[in-house]
Amino acid sequence: MSKFDDVFKQSLIGRLLQSDRAGTWLLGALLALAVLVPFFNLVIPADSFLHLPTYLVVLMGKYLCYALLALALDLIWGYCGILSLGHGAFFALGGYAMGMHLMRQIGDRGVYGNAELPDFMVFLNWTELPWYWYGFDNFFFAMFMVALVPAALAFVFGWLAFRSRVTGVYLSIITQAMTYALLLAFFRNDMGFGGNNGLTDFKDILGFSLQSDGTRNVLFVLSALSVAGAYVLCRAIVSSKYGRVLVAIRDAESRTRFMGYRVEHFKLFVFVVSAMLAGIAGALYVPQVGIINPGEFSPVNSIEIVIWVAVGGRGTLFGAVIGAIVVNYAKTYFTGAFPEVWLFMLGALFVISTLYLPKGIVGVVNQYRERLAVKNSANKPQELSS
Amino acid sequence: MSAVPKPGYHFEEMQSMLYLNGVTKSFDGFKAINNLSLDIAPGELRAIIGPNGAGKSTMMDIITGKTRPDVGEVRFRDSIDLTRYDEAEIANLGIGRKFQKPTVIESLSLWDNLELALAGNRSVVKALFHKLSGEQRDRIAEVIELVGLAKRAQELAGNLSHGQKQWLEIGMLIMQEPELLLVDEPAAGMTDQETMETAALLKEINRDHTIVVVEHDMDFIKALDSKVTVLHEGSVLAEGRLEVVSANPRVIEVYLGR
Repeated sequence: MSKFDDVFKQSLIGRLLQSDRAGTWLLGALLALAVLVPFFNLVIPADSFLHLPTYLVVLMGKYLCYALLALALDLIWGYCGILSLGHGAFFALGGYAMGMHLMRQIGDRGVYGNAELPDFMVFLNWTELPWYWYGFDNFFFAMFMVALVPAALAFVFGWLAFRSRVTGVYLSIITQAMTYALLLAFFRNDMGFGGNNGLTDFKDILGFSLQSDGTRNVLFVLSALSVAGAYVLCRAIVSSKYGRVLVAIRDAESRTRFMGYRVEHFKLFVFVVSAMLAGIAGALYVPQVGIINPGEFSPVNSIEIVIWVAVGGRGTLFGAVIGAIVVNYAKTYFTGAFPEVWLFMLGALFVISTLYLPKGIVGVVNQYRERLAVKNSANKPQELSS
Repeated sequence: MSAVPKPGYHFEEMQSMLYLNGVTKSFDGFKAINNLSLDIAPGELRAIIGPNGAGKSTMMDIITGKTRPDVGEVRFRDSIDLTRYDEAEIANLGIGRKFQKPTVIESLSLWDNLELALAGNRSVVKALFHKLSGEQRDRIAEVIELVGLAKRAQELAGNLSHGQKQWLEIGMLIMQEPELLLVDEPAAGMTDQETMETAALLKEINRDHTIVVVEHDMDFIKALDSKVTVLHEGSVLAEGRLEVVSANPRVIEVYLGR
């Protein structure tokens, strides 16, 4: 047992988690979910009260995709001060890449029974597949695009913005403009992405029906593992010297420049990594919810991501995960119970967390624990002084 | 405070460390710098004084690549034309700058601040896989000792007092191993005691580095005991030892006359 302990501590993950108790808990919880959720859904019979209904599996899978998206945003906002109000765009692009693959998988099972073209193209009287749909029949090509397309957009956008030293509010505004421009573009039928309706009516993935409980559980487990993997990746990035340069840029950008760091390169790298994570989140999201449409590019969606991270606790990584899950659970509950008040609540949540919880839920918990520690040490002065 | 050994530079081969000739920079018609010429010899410690708006900060901005001059020559080590480079490149050429307002990375420890400033490759990939060598550790420990903050190495820089931040920032400059240090008002907001300690620290650092220091505090300038340049309305008004300069009637007029 101690040998295993040693090996674990020497490994990269072991070293990263040594001083990261919250991260250890998070990874433990994700792995436990990846085992327990399929168990309670598939193994426990449906008539048992312990049975986990499938709709909850899908709902939790959705939350995990949001958690991954929140991690991506926290990496750039929490550690480098890049407040992207357009991160939903990268999520949606990853989702569209996955959606295109799922559309090709429908084959001749569409309403029009056309094996060559997706239904919406038949409806528009198109006769052949646009060139940018080529290759999406292939699963691996599509998965490659899931990361590559958001990365390419982030690279071009970031290169232009960071080189011109667009920072702060101005950067936030142009990211918002970026996602809005994409929203308008994807609404157009002649873009070839299904226009207003987006891509939907998916049948199966790699031959497995998307409606089956088995596939849904696999997608859930993949989502949990992706969040865990992304967490480890982000933790590795922020614990490296590179991560400290990011913090330096956040706290004192020109100081960092005068130290000789090319700030634009450091920002660009983390922005591209973050966009790829957001794209992967989108790709996991689409098969679970069964649709991707231009609404995902809506600026409001991107602002919501910022709220998740702010509520959970910015610049902590696990806070982003907690925030995404808590806020989305609240959203599910309140949009069901009192649909008309949800947007007001979301706004209030943002105002309250900015004013009273600048470090989010994680900050409150830490403060409480520190107070507890002070109290404990005050109770035992003799032991300390001896 | 102990001396920090550094690889010796061959000062004697060089005419001037920093050479400005006929530099002019205007903002919306206002000439912040007006036909400014300045020559800093290798190994020199030069104090630059002047009333507010004399163009001291603009001069620093031009040397460090933050601002480009309209006309004029800015040369480093005789041959390097600084107007062709940006901040990061100029920092890597060997010019370190301390800001007027102490600027340290507040949410990192003192140690991390110095580690980031440590001379070396500045690429993204190197930063991702960087590991401190024993030698680099020793160097950080040495510099943190030099600036008198060794006991607080693991504290966050944000917890330091104003004066201590100034020292940490000077320490960060030394970590960069620059040949030329530009120090903007290091004694601002310091107690008399701290001011004298800072002057001693700069003189100590001057043993291995060329230093240009901008300051208002006359006691500090006296303690530095160096050549002084007086700037006024963007150009040089007088230059020489402090006793000589302060006897100059035009300097007296500018400082006291109105």
